[in-house]
Amino acid sequence: MVAVTSRTGLRIRTTWRWVILLFVGFYLLLPMVAMLDFSTRGAPGTRSLESWTSIPSSPGLIEGIVASLELAVLSVLGTMVLLVPTMVWVHLRVPRLRRSMEVVCLLPLTIPAIVLVVGIAPIYKWVTFFLGGSPLTLTFVYMVLVLPFAHRAIDASLRSVDVVTLSEAARTLGASWLRTLVGVIIPNIRVGIMSAAVISIALVLGEYTIASLLNFDTLQPVITLIGKRDAGVSVAVSLAALIFAFLLLIALPTSDGMRAAGETVD
Amino acid sequence: MVGSGKSVAVRLVELRRYFGPVKALDGLSIDIAPGELVALLGPSGCGKTTALRALAGLQDLDSGQILVDGQDITFSRTNRRDMGMVFQAYSLFPHMTARENVAYGLKLRARRKGSADRARKATELLELVGLETHADHYPHQLSGGQQQRVALARALAIEPTVLLLDEPLSALDAKVRSSLRDEIRRIQLEVGTTTLFVTHDQEEALGIADRVGVMKSGVLEQIAAPAELYDRPKTAFVAEFVGLTNRLPCEVHDGVVELLGSRVPVLPGSVGSGKALALVRPESVAVTVDDQGTGRVVHAGFLGSLCRVSVDLATGESVVAQMPSTEASRLGPGSTVTVQIKPQPVFAKAAE
Repeated sequence: MVAVTSRTGLRIRTTWRWVILLFVGFYLLLPMVAMLDFSTRGAPGTRSLESWTSIPSSPGLIEGIVASLELAVLSVLGTMVLLVPTMVWVHLRVPRLRRSMEVVCLLPLTIPAIVLVVGIAPIYKWVTFFLGGSPLTLTFVYMVLVLPFAHRAIDASLRSVDVVTLSEAARTLGASWLRTLVGVIIPNIRVGIMSAAVISIALVLGEYTIASLLNFDTLQPVITLIGKRDAGVSVAVSLAALIFAFLLLIALPTSDGMRAAGETVD
Repeated sequence: MVGSGKSVAVRLVELRRYFGPVKALDGLSIDIAPGELVALLGPSGCGKTTALRALAGLQDLDSGQILVDGQDITFSRTNRRDMGMVFQAYSLFPHMTARENVAYGLKLRARRKGSADRARKATELLELVGLETHADHYPHQLSGGQQQRVALARALAIEPTVLLLDEPLSALDAKVRSSLRDEIRRIQLEVGTTTLFVTHDQEEALGIADRVGVMKSGVLEQIAAPAELYDRPKTAFVAEFVGLTNRLPCEVHDGVVELLGSRVPVLPGSVGSGKALALVRPESVAVTVDDQGTGRVVHAGFLGSLCRVSVDLATGESVVAQMPSTEASRLGPGSTVTVQIKPQPVFAKAAE
């Protein structure tokens, strides 16, 4: 009797899981399907790929895409180079500063983008004075913008492994601090680093407010401009960017999970 | 052939390390002979792990000197000290196989130029700890005992001057702990590396070490061979911390105490005269069935080859005796017995 009840309970729970999964899937996919529908509309009653095929010839679009991709790469690299060693150092040497560091890293999340722009606009006058007007100078502000997300992901990874013991083991075996960081710690927090990278890329590709207010032609401001002339192309590019970010989100953790998969013995 | 071929002496001289008001090390000095295995034993917070970490270079000192093979390494960096260490927590690098873990130190030191040489050496070490068939397993595919064996192989692979074992068995279950303890001793004797072993488990310390040092509040109370430490403790703390003891009130006269009708000599370091508490080992207590006796057995615990018997005396005290199970067959709860103390020296501390 008990077995039958528990089996029924399991079936109900499984069914509910599927219902929730389908609901969430529908909620996420519906706008994308709508975007696909809108961007492939041709003459009434027909389908056309014109919006998609005209992407390369849209003025400023390719430049905007390239700038955003370069920004994404530079922001991720800059953030990781600054954040990973700092977080490891705080974790190993001054763990009492962990809380303060978390608060500092979360600040960009609590400050509205518009306020951030007002604050950094005078600084950017100097940045453009010294480094020129390239959109790539946005790297500095984007590195700040992605801090909360990158910090969260890396911090979770650092907490999930015994970094102190691993680094001490490496040190006793003869590793310098740099080799300990590169050869032992980073490979063991790679999941966090990848998650941080993926979230940062998605955030940079989707960032509009700061780029627009500081007058840089990155992907999102360009899409907005195109949208005023040709909504179909604008939606096609938005959908492509969204799919790219989705694929990244799925691909990186999956490839890492496949490497880490294995039988556990205890 | 595994092993460095050269055993070195280690000297810790007047090591001091204070954490605020806490004295983790308070003038600790130990001499370890080449090839010797010394165990540091003591309760939590006594400073034993701090001493080991100081030797490894993982803990800064306020003062003191560390000499290895006559060379002062007090201020040497951890990665330059040539010491192999096995940690209490599992410390294998999760992203490397057992073989890669063992070869890691060799790769860093480039003593073995080619990767084939390193792999062969790593396999040799894995054979030494009986895990050559697990060479390509990742740490999460190994049990706790296997992980600690690989950690031991990894520590030995670099042919360390000194091997440091920081409670490597404490996370393991009793059976694995016992077998791995014996294995560590076998391997240590085979490679001949000078070894410092830290533990809070006295059975482990007494069972594995050439000498055992008992620490309390950053101070070395006594360091001696296990049998001497057990039979001839020099301080009350050592007498009470190592093994079981009965605490019997007594009076010391001219280095002798009278305990339950027996005159027993006191050990050096005991109080010279006056009221005292005699610390008597359970195996020094003889219990015999006697209808005219003044003691009553309250409990007889079977421990396999041994039996532990608790007896309430007419004077109000309780004593615990330990004897071969064959001698305890007639003793059960309620038995009337006579209790005597065997004429072996006991430690007497000042009465509280």
